[in-house]
Amino acid sequence: MADSAVDPKALIEGERPMYKASYGKLMMWFFLVSDAFTFSALLIAYGALRVRAVSNGFAWANPEDVFTHAPILYEVFHIEAPLVFVGLMTFILILSSVAMVLAVEAGHRKSKEEVKKWVIWTIVGGAAFLGCQAYEWYHFISGTPDGGLMVSAEKLEEMRAPGVDDLAMVEFWPADHGDGHGDHGDHHAVSSFTTFNGDVIEQETMIEEIMEEGHHTHAGTYKLSAEEAEKLGVPNLEENLAVKAFKVYSEDGEVLAIRLSNGYQISDPARRKVLLEDAKVTEGGSGLRANQYGPADFAGLFFFVTGFHGTHVFSGVLLLVILLINVIKGTYERRGHYEMTEKIGLYWHFVDLVWVFVFTFFYLI
Amino acid sequence: MAAEGLEARKAILRTFWILSGLTAFEFLIAFTKAYYPDWFGISPAASQMIVIVTFIVLTIFKAFYIVAEFMHLKHEVKRMAFTILIPFLFVVWLIIGLLVEGDYWGKQTQAPDSSSEAYVETLA
Repeated sequence: MADSAVDPKALIEGERPMYKASYGKLMMWFFLVSDAFTFSALLIAYGALRVRAVSNGFAWANPEDVFTHAPILYEVFHIEAPLVFVGLMTFILILSSVAMVLAVEAGHRKSKEEVKKWVIWTIVGGAAFLGCQAYEWYHFISGTPDGGLMVSAEKLEEMRAPGVDDLAMVEFWPADHGDGHGDHGDHHAVSSFTTFNGDVIEQETMIEEIMEEGHHTHAGTYKLSAEEAEKLGVPNLEENLAVKAFKVYSEDGEVLAIRLSNGYQISDPARRKVLLEDAKVTEGGSGLRANQYGPADFAGLFFFVTGFHGTHVFSGVLLLVILLINVIKGTYERRGHYEMTEKIGLYWHFVDLVWVFVFTFFYLI
Repeated sequence: MAAEGLEARKAILRTFWILSGLTAFEFLIAFTKAYYPDWFGISPAASQMIVIVTFIVLTIFKAFYIVAEFMHLKHEVKRMAFTILIPFLFVVWLIIGLLVEGDYWGKQTQAPDSSSEAYVETLA
C-alpha cells in the first residue's frame, strides 16, 4: 500500500510522507494503538479480577454452561448447544473482515462497482454480528429457568443484610407449571399457587388477580411487589416476602456464599445454612451486581467488554454506511483514490482483532 | 501494493482459510478438552494449563494474521511497524503485573465473612 496513490494534500508537511503513509492513515493507526490500549486495560482488568476470584476460592463461570443458547435450536428444539452460536458470530466477523479487505483491494483498482459490492457485504456482516450480540445479551440477562433462589426476607432482616426492604417480593409457584421453557404469553390455567412459606392459594379470584397483576417469570412463576401483594390480601405477608439470590460456588462445587441480587454476599456458613433451609428455586439471570454463573465481576466484565466492543462494531457500521454513500456518490472517483476505504478498513479489522481476544478470554478459557 | 488484482485476492483468501482453520481448531479443543486427562493420562490441572496456553498461542497467531495481512502492516515501512508495535511492551508488563497482583489480592481476602456484624456496620 506504501506506493499506492497518495493525495499530496493529505501528506504531512515536508518533502516526503512520513513512513511513506498518508497523514490520515498514520493517524488512524495511532488512534487504533490508543484504542488497543483501552481494550488491553479492560481485558487485563478481567484477568486480574478473575485470578483474584480464583485465588480467593471461588469458581469462575464456565463458558460452556453460560453460552448455551442458539436461535432455533433453543426456541424450536429446546436443545442446548454450548458455544455454537458464538462460533457463528466469530465466523460472521471474519467473513465481514474478508469482505472489507476485498473492498480495499478493489479500491486500489479504482473499481467503483466492486468497492460498492464488498462494502455492502461488510455492512451486512457487521449488522448481523450486532443482531447476534443482542440475542446473546438477552439470554445472558434472563438466564436459565432454575438458576436463582428466593431466600427468606425475614431471616435476612434478622441478619441485618442491607437493602432487603427494596428487594423483597412475593413469588407464587403454580401447582402445575411445565418445564419452564420461557413461554411468556402463555397464561394456561393454574389450579393453585404455593407461596414462599408453603401456603396454598386456591381462591379463584385471587389466582386470576395474581396472574393479571404479577410479573410472569420464565421459571413459570408469578411475582408481586410487597405493596401489590398486600392490596390483594395475600395471607401471612411477612413470612412470604423473599429476596432473589444466587449461590456462589467454589472450584469443588461447594456453595461458598449466597449472593443477594443487590450484590450483598452472605458467606458465614451458619447463616448460609439457615437461608438454604427454606430457599426456593426461581429463574436465574445476570445483572451488574450478581449473576447465576459465578462471581459478580464475571457478568460486570462481560457487559462492559462485549458492550464496548459492540459499540465499536456499531460505530464501524456507521462509518461504513458513510463510506458507501460516498462511493455511490462518486466522491472517491473524483478525488482520484479510495484511501478512505483503507482507513475505515483499518478500523474494521481492528474491531475483528479485538473480538479474537474477547472470544478467547470470555468464551474459551 | 506488492500484489495487484488476482494475486492480492489469492493472498486474502489464503489468510481467510488460515483464520478459519485456527478458529475451527480452537472449537475442536473447546469441545474435546474435558477428555484430555483421560486420553493423555495427565492431571486435570495440567490439562487445563496446556489448553489455556494453546488458546492464547492460537489467539496470537490469529492476531498476527489480521494485523500483518488484513491491516497490511507487514507490507508497510519497517519503522512504521515498530512505531506501532513497540508500545505494546507496556501491555506485556501490565499483564504480568496485574495478574500477580490479582492473585495476591485474592489471597489477602480469603474466606471473606461479609455477613459478620462488623461488616454490616461498615456498610450502614
